[in-house]
Amino acid sequence: MKKREGSALTGLKVVFFKELQDYAGNIRMIVLMVLILLTAGASMYVAAQTLRSYVGEDSFMLLNLFTISQNPIPSFLTFISFLVPLTGIALGFDAINGEFQNRTLGRVLSQPIYRDVLLFGKALGALAAMAIVLLALWLLVIGSAMLFLGVPPSGEQIARSLIYYLITLLYGVLWYMIAMTCSIIFKQPAVSALVSIALWLFFMIFWPMISQIIAIGIGGVDTYEAAKLSVILNRISPYTLYVESAIAMLNPTTRSLGVVLFSQVQGALMGNPLPFGQSLLLIWPQMTAFFASIILVFVLGYIVFQRKEIRM
Amino acid sequence: MKNEQVLSISHLTKQYTKGVLAVDDVSFSLERGEIFGLLGPNGSGKTTTILMILGLLESSGGEVDILGCNPLRTPLTVKRQVGYMPDTIGFYDYMTAYENIDYTARFLNLEEKERKRRVEDALDKMHLSDRANDKVKTYSHGMKRRLGLAELLVKHPKIAILDEPTQGLDPQSISGFLATIRSLRDSEGMTFLLSSHQLNEVQSVCDKVGLFSKGKLISSGTVDELSKKYFGSNLLINVQVEGKSNLFKTFASLGGIVHVERKGDSLWLLECLEDVRAQIAETVFASKEKLVSLELLTHSLNDIYQQAFQEVSSEKA
Repeated sequence: MKKREGSALTGLKVVFFKELQDYAGNIRMIVLMVLILLTAGASMYVAAQTLRSYVGEDSFMLLNLFTISQNPIPSFLTFISFLVPLTGIALGFDAINGEFQNRTLGRVLSQPIYRDVLLFGKALGALAAMAIVLLALWLLVIGSAMLFLGVPPSGEQIARSLIYYLITLLYGVLWYMIAMTCSIIFKQPAVSALVSIALWLFFMIFWPMISQIIAIGIGGVDTYEAAKLSVILNRISPYTLYVESAIAMLNPTTRSLGVVLFSQVQGALMGNPLPFGQSLLLIWPQMTAFFASIILVFVLGYIVFQRKEIRM
Repeated sequence: MKNEQVLSISHLTKQYTKGVLAVDDVSFSLERGEIFGLLGPNGSGKTTTILMILGLLESSGGEVDILGCNPLRTPLTVKRQVGYMPDTIGFYDYMTAYENIDYTARFLNLEEKERKRRVEDALDKMHLSDRANDKVKTYSHGMKRRLGLAELLVKHPKIAILDEPTQGLDPQSISGFLATIRSLRDSEGMTFLLSSHQLNEVQSVCDKVGLFSKGKLISSGTVDELSKKYFGSNLLINVQVEGKSNLFKTFASLGGIVHVERKGDSLWLLECLEDVRAQIAETVFASKEKLVSLELLTHSLNDIYQQAFQEVSSEKA
């Protein structure tokens, strides 16, 4: 097989910067950012008010900011788990079919670049846009924590919240990849948006119910096997992977993410926090699953795109 | 220089997975500075051929040699030297004309100063400099077409491939567009391959044409060559005289005339082996008749096109 001419990444920088610029000025992105800022701000404020009276009693004050909620406002984590996939979908649902619709694809691909570059550039542009936005949000949380609570976060808390930032970014990128793949498969942006949202709702709301029904059907009611199977099936959903890994990182007392038998926790000092390294080990499979899913979905989209006609 | 071959296509074929034969054994070539028109109805395989020439679509068989390169093996080299304007050209509406052109110009990996100069030059040549900083969404269809040509010029291409370049343009814009193509050929020595089903414009600008029908190139050559192929080499001359005199014998006795037909009281159609208009005029004057008009009839591309497709249909029947 002959090696192809030049670098496969010729023109990547051009596409990347154009996409990043597009996403930054995109009205969808701005609306979502305002929404994230408002909701996250509200939940942070409520959490900070609650935590003020416990200053000095808890060594993980910063992390509590992410998880504490007070009726009727959900926690920061809940808001983010809802809004980040939406951001990914909003950025990706017309990534490719939008180019077809605007008749710009033929123009761009007739320039001295390979097809791959368009897909890589778009994905990297979206990744960078989401990374910047989430980083800004993360810095805002750290800053607010110091401002409201008057306590500087410890190194471990910073590390844990940074991992949480990374998990959130991976979660957003996964939904971007799903939406982008839909935009390659479906001609109409409206259809790809609908399919992406339907998948998101399916995995967030319906899959946990379905997995439970399947587990009971196979393993029987109230059995260890059924519970174990339910957890395994549930982990097919990116939402479960995200929530499990976020909780394990933000709540250091989390010792296990699966079904645990009483005999397995004998001798454990319940309520004691796990060291950072142990928490990281706990979520390693989830992180690996995230990376694998992102690569899998991207490869699927890549193959379909390579086979696609320039004229749709 | 004009005899330098810049594009050669031999036995090019494209069969889709569903069994549709979009392009069937097409062969033709282009020389430097030539304007070649691909003619044919919608769905006849013109755009598919163009996409294969550019390497944007893989062929099922045959060879494409463009500027000495194979577009599938060395796509970047080909794309650097060949400009393409698609039939339905689109721009990023939220960007200005300058930004749109500058975006694709960045792929050429030029120095910033040179890129800027080329973009400004191209916009200037297309008379778009004064609107360069306007968003493309404010542009008319004709302006977008000119912008497409400006984008193509930034590349300084050796070959420009234009797919239905005048689609949707008003007559004034069409003539302006065609004049630009001619001047680019003359000033820059560019070679053009354009596809169209607008016969008049193709005839007015193209040196050679290729007729496409159902994926096949049924004929190619200059308009004169095609005219001879479909209508024979004899010439037709229309003669109109004053009055109703019968000049049949007078015309029939002239050398070089093979057929005389009276089309009306004072109108005659003469089929000749060569241009004998001077002799006809002399004969009419010698017969003491008054000559009203003497016209050498030529076959338009439209006549050739109709005849060619009629022949193809009758062959198939």
